[in-house]
Amino acid sequence: MSNETLSERAIIQSRVEKSLRRRHARETRFRLFGLGAVMAGLAFVALLFISILVRGLPAFWQSAITVDVFFDPAVIQVDPQPVFQTGESPQAFREREIAWQSQLTMVNWNRIMENSIIALKPELEKQRRDVRALFTSSERFRLRDMVIEDTSLIGKTVKLDLLADANVDVWVRGNIDRSLPDSQQQLRAPVRDLADALKAEGVLNIKFATPLFTNPDSRSSPAAAGLAGAFMGSLFMMMIVIFLAVPVGVASAVYLEEFAPRNRFTDLIEVNINNLAAVPSIVFGLLGAAIFINWFRLPLSAPLVGGLVLSLMTLPTVIIATRAALKAVPPSIRQAALALGASKVQMVFHQVLPLAIPGVLTGAIIGVAQALGETAPLLLIGMNAFVANIPATPFEQSTALPVQIYLWQGNELRNFFEARTSAAIIVLLSMMISLNALAILLRKKFERRW
Amino acid sequence: MRFKQTLGLAFAAAAMTTVAAPAMARDTIQIAGSSTVLPFASIVAEEFGNAFGQFNTPVVGSGGSSGGLRQFCQGVGANTIDIANASRAIKSSEVESCAGAGVKQILEIQFGYDGIVFASRADKGTFALEPKHIFAAAAAQVPQDGKMVANPYTRWSQIDASLPNQEIILVIPASNHGTREVFEEKVIHAGCTTYPAIKAMDKDAQSQACLTLRQDGRIIEIAGDYTETLARLQAQADAVGVFGLSFYDQNRDRLKVATIDGVTPSLETIGSGEYPVSRPLFFYVKGEHIGVIPGIEQYVEYFLNDQVSGFGSPLEEAGLIPLNDEERAREVADFKARKAVQ
Repeated sequence: MSNETLSERAIIQSRVEKSLRRRHARETRFRLFGLGAVMAGLAFVALLFISILVRGLPAFWQSAITVDVFFDPAVIQVDPQPVFQTGESPQAFREREIAWQSQLTMVNWNRIMENSIIALKPELEKQRRDVRALFTSSERFRLRDMVIEDTSLIGKTVKLDLLADANVDVWVRGNIDRSLPDSQQQLRAPVRDLADALKAEGVLNIKFATPLFTNPDSRSSPAAAGLAGAFMGSLFMMMIVIFLAVPVGVASAVYLEEFAPRNRFTDLIEVNINNLAAVPSIVFGLLGAAIFINWFRLPLSAPLVGGLVLSLMTLPTVIIATRAALKAVPPSIRQAALALGASKVQMVFHQVLPLAIPGVLTGAIIGVAQALGETAPLLLIGMNAFVANIPATPFEQSTALPVQIYLWQGNELRNFFEARTSAAIIVLLSMMISLNALAILLRKKFERRW
Repeated sequence: MRFKQTLGLAFAAAAMTTVAAPAMARDTIQIAGSSTVLPFASIVAEEFGNAFGQFNTPVVGSGGSSGGLRQFCQGVGANTIDIANASRAIKSSEVESCAGAGVKQILEIQFGYDGIVFASRADKGTFALEPKHIFAAAAAQVPQDGKMVANPYTRWSQIDASLPNQEIILVIPASNHGTREVFEEKVIHAGCTTYPAIKAMDKDAQSQACLTLRQDGRIIEIAGDYTETLARLQAQADAVGVFGLSFYDQNRDRLKVATIDGVTPSLETIGSGEYPVSRPLFFYVKGEHIGVIPGIEQYVEYFLNDQVSGFGSPLEEAGLIPLNDEERAREVADFKARKAVQ
């Protein structure tokens, strides 16, 4: 009898142990899966970052030719700079100034750049065409602008870093297969030899690429292409989003959450805000083109329109985040405020909203970061145009950082722009990361627990 | 009440931005259209902005010839573009839709030529193509023994023994590109009519037989830029792509160009007309905007200047085949006389 119970017990024991083992194994398996998923996600992110960094970091440096540039008065033959005369209308003065500037534009600046190299190597006098090919073409306007700034430069010698041509940069840094035959090279053989010789002598150096940050986009001289124009465009759009989407979003969230009666109508609004958050961004672009450009007649390619479109897109994100933040404020705070005789408005603005601020800020910043990276709607309102100016107001034509990435990705000079594209991605990503970091910081700073 | 005040201020600021915006006159020339013309127009725009201190640098958008002309024909006013770039001539249907929207004075300016080249990856076989080979590779049906049969070819070497033994994959521009039209007219149609069986057909049946391309995935249409075509070639090693000469020129280390009828495309062979697949490049100016948007007239004259788009100019360096002196003089005279497209 007791024997029987014993063996029965052993059976039960083993059964329990078996099931326990099975359950433990299941748990381990699940943990491993979870860990695996996290690892895979991390690996992809790492892969993305590493590939972009490897390709993009070199583009933060580029070839420059350090030479003594002699502003030769024999080449720069222009009238003295016009001075404003008393009694002259500003219009007339402006005209005289422009006439003087176009005189300066006609100066053969290429000759001045060529001379700076020929001064080092007089034997190149016969190869002026090859010497000129070393410099990117916009440097001649830089020299002109220096003289417009300061006419006393004429006759002086200045040590300058002149940007090398994009293809020279590609050659010197080995971004094109140097063993390819002449027919497949971008540069003529004498220019290649000259570039190599100058590099060996230390005249041609790899310097930090400041033009990437100070210049707008350029197609006639790719080496001088930069992000400044796109950056300003993005900045204007972000300002419009912050001033438009954030207050409107917060106000609607406060109304819906604290004041609005619960009925069919507010339910409908709520459902539609969630729908709006799920609308693909390209639809906002179509809407923007139809309403802001064709109906309101706002200018094409302007950050103003871009900002308005992105505000519409960001609005639901801000509303949803703000409502969640308001909901998280315990009802006891509201009841206490009301019990102490505060009006509903006082309760909301003195108690509830300040407590919800960390959540609101996080939502707003994430919404802005999302808008910063948005490209599709901007393509439809003409912001994918080539703009060679840095916009000074939101009404001027401009591109945006993500659109600039798209444009450089499509540039035909692949050897040079592949790296520049990745560099632009790095700039955009670092802006996003700092925005997200700011969101976390603000949340940590203002966070309150109950 | 701090929050209330900030909110109110923000609202006021937002309202002001929206209200102050309309009715702003534009003082920057706005251009859009063909991606083939884009590099040339951008270079001219940039140089123009540098050379003329009193004008802003024109803004050049993309979108293909058809997309540009559609925008161009949206109407007259500061929120429509001033100039449309096109790698084909404007169609009469487009002139009509323009007129319907009030754009009646369309000034056509031809500023040069561009070659269309076939290129494969630099590490792949060398192609010596003829239009009829390309037709045989691309058509849905090809004539065999006097009858039209579904295209049986899968490798280039099956079409002609002289071609490399490579899978047939042809990457061509989609119909939003002007290049597509030239490709169909000068390559496919030219190749197609070399077959007696097709030549004997009546006109409708002929163009039907010529221009129906195979749908089995061997023809890839690209709506984007040439970089997208290049990316296709990098992904599909056997593919042959259609490019503009200037694009090929800037990527010679990655691409190997095919000869057509034994002629290698180059500035010289295209300029002389020896290379068969070339087309004129245009831009269209909205006459109604001249004098309203500052600088249009100067931009056009600057563009047509021999030093800007002639031989030895930056545009030639970028791969444009310049007009000869006679054509240039005609274009300048036509523009001066404001000769509009009828």
